[in-house]
Amino acid sequence: MNHLLEVKNLQVSFFTYAGEVQAVRDVSFTLAKGETLAIVGESGSGKSVTSKSIMRLLTQTAKIKQGSIMFEGKDLASLPEKQMQNIRGKDISMIFQDPMTSLNPTMTIGRQITEVLRKHHQMNGSEASRRALELLDQVGIPNPEKRLKQYPHQLSGGMRQRVVIAIALACDPQVLIADEPTTALDVTIQAQILELMKSLQQKFDTSIVLITHDLGVVANMASRVAVMYAGKIVETGSVDELFYQPKHPYTWGLLDSMPKLHEKTEELHAIPGTPPDLADPPIGCPFAARCPYTMDVCYDHMPPYTEHSDTHRAACWLQDSRAPKIDRPQAGGER
Amino acid sequence: MKTDQNPLVVVNHLKKHFNVGKGQILKAVDDVSFEIYPGETFGLVGESGCGKSTLGRTLIRLYDATSGEVTFEDKAVHGHKSKAELKQLSRSIQMIFQDPYASLNQRMTVTDIIAEGIDAHGLAKNRKERLEMVYALLETVGLNRNHAERFPHEFSGGQRQRIGIARALAVNPRFIIADEPISALDVSIQAQVVNLMKKLQEELGLTYLFIAHDLSMVKHISDRIGVMYLGSMVELSESDELFENPLHPYTKSLLSAIPIPDPKLERSRERQVLHGDLPSPINPPSGCRFRTRCPFAMDVCASQTPEWKEAEKGHWVACHLYDEKNEAVSLSKTI
Repeated sequence: MNHLLEVKNLQVSFFTYAGEVQAVRDVSFTLAKGETLAIVGESGSGKSVTSKSIMRLLTQTAKIKQGSIMFEGKDLASLPEKQMQNIRGKDISMIFQDPMTSLNPTMTIGRQITEVLRKHHQMNGSEASRRALELLDQVGIPNPEKRLKQYPHQLSGGMRQRVVIAIALACDPQVLIADEPTTALDVTIQAQILELMKSLQQKFDTSIVLITHDLGVVANMASRVAVMYAGKIVETGSVDELFYQPKHPYTWGLLDSMPKLHEKTEELHAIPGTPPDLADPPIGCPFAARCPYTMDVCYDHMPPYTEHSDTHRAACWLQDSRAPKIDRPQAGGER
Repeated sequence: MKTDQNPLVVVNHLKKHFNVGKGQILKAVDDVSFEIYPGETFGLVGESGCGKSTLGRTLIRLYDATSGEVTFEDKAVHGHKSKAELKQLSRSIQMIFQDPYASLNQRMTVTDIIAEGIDAHGLAKNRKERLEMVYALLETVGLNRNHAERFPHEFSGGQRQRIGIARALAVNPRFIIADEPISALDVSIQAQVVNLMKKLQEELGLTYLFIAHDLSMVKHISDRIGVMYLGSMVELSESDELFENPLHPYTKSLLSAIPIPDPKLERSRERQVLHGDLPSPINPPSGCRFRTRCPFAMDVCASQTPEWKEAEKGHWVACHLYDEKNEAVSLSKTI
């Protein structure tokens, strides 16, 4: 398969007063044309840092220690900032979580959309405004002429997120990174935004990296899924493989801790404990301390990936041929 | 069901209006009536801005009611009360807040945070007894006594929410209002906190008002659920009944908007996406407030406010589709 984006052995650390925090530890994945890859995990698992590394939007204290991010034959991890500026917003663009803080409150909606167009397509004022009107119309904002002259505070949360999407799509990017695009929105507005993203993706054949902690959103949007835990991808596979044949106990735990809408369960399956501190990450499997099936080997050695299909692999010692055979507890999977 | 007992809390035509200046009035809660029975969990759902938090805060007298009344154990909550009566009230009703990062004073130790209620009500005879009570509470919520001398910043989100729960339990309340207690937490931690709340309810015979926007979690914990839209209650029923047989078009679209963590189901599901945003509660639509977004709006919806009536036993709804004369319409237009 032809990969549009290929992240290989990415390691990102934050250098703080308390020492080095290894936020992303050896992450590799690929993204094909037109597909949606969802990265799921809890807060602090490194999913946002991964996406910000691709955009090279990390703070001063963070550093890409190792690894490559290949995009159209260029390694984004080491590209000079000047060249990165030509890619950012043009070939790869991003939708942020909170539309309140990702728009500039002192600029009109129109100026914020035309800014990208002027920068990347060298459009003049009237061309850019015409395109901005088109874009607002595409993302379903009624009365675009009026909205162009308004400021972000005059729009509702859902409207603002539509504007953010319009800005992200202004230059027809090949890759769209959506970092928790609907977390700040209500369910009915979330449904609107997800529908919009899907229809725009079909129209323009955009590849999407969707970062979320909501497995419902993943089931709705994604074609492939990567589960992150403590800075590592512990399991990755197609959306069906991951939901119906999950292999990693952390994935089991995540799936089971969601309450089911159509079943009545007395007690929710909770994962005991909390994720490890990445300032001092465990040398073995990061999930060992919370895993109900921990063996001695888990504490001392990081499990290698085992392949279950071309797309499906998991990093867990239970998958090793010498390990006892353990099936996912209780009837999970298809309902 | 517990509904044959005398209700613990009775809310009768409660209104809470805020004066927002320039002669404008924001009707955050407008004519809401319902009852909560001892030992049950009453779930309250709705989008942000629908007035569910204001309702919760008015029940505990954090806000004075504009009109209408709330009774707790047959005594009025609002109106003139002596100091002793107020003290009694604040012992019986406690609150758990949404954001465990903002609701704990970061300059107080865990002991002082939890014991604040104990001190205010003089429940401990001496320092030793006070400390013993704090230790017991910490153990009840799944923390241990070593945590007593620490400060809030030393804890994770889930642990902080446990401290918030311990603080609420310290004065032996009968009724706890939990305002989005889990929405700031990660999925696996949410399950821990919900399980803890359920366990405590069984052991201590607590009654909960559980306010949230996450419908699947509300369904899991609640016996009965009320759905709010723009300041008024649109539907109320037992939780299974609400999910199996929703009557109000708003409830239907809210349920259809939840993404289900099951890819095959998501692909086959017909989604009814609501158009538009929540109208402003300062100048709400006339008649039925949902009519501007309702796919079944009729002429009568603009002119008359729908009556709050019992459509089926224990299942209340406010919608013109269920008026006697509109019976035929409702049958032909079920979603």
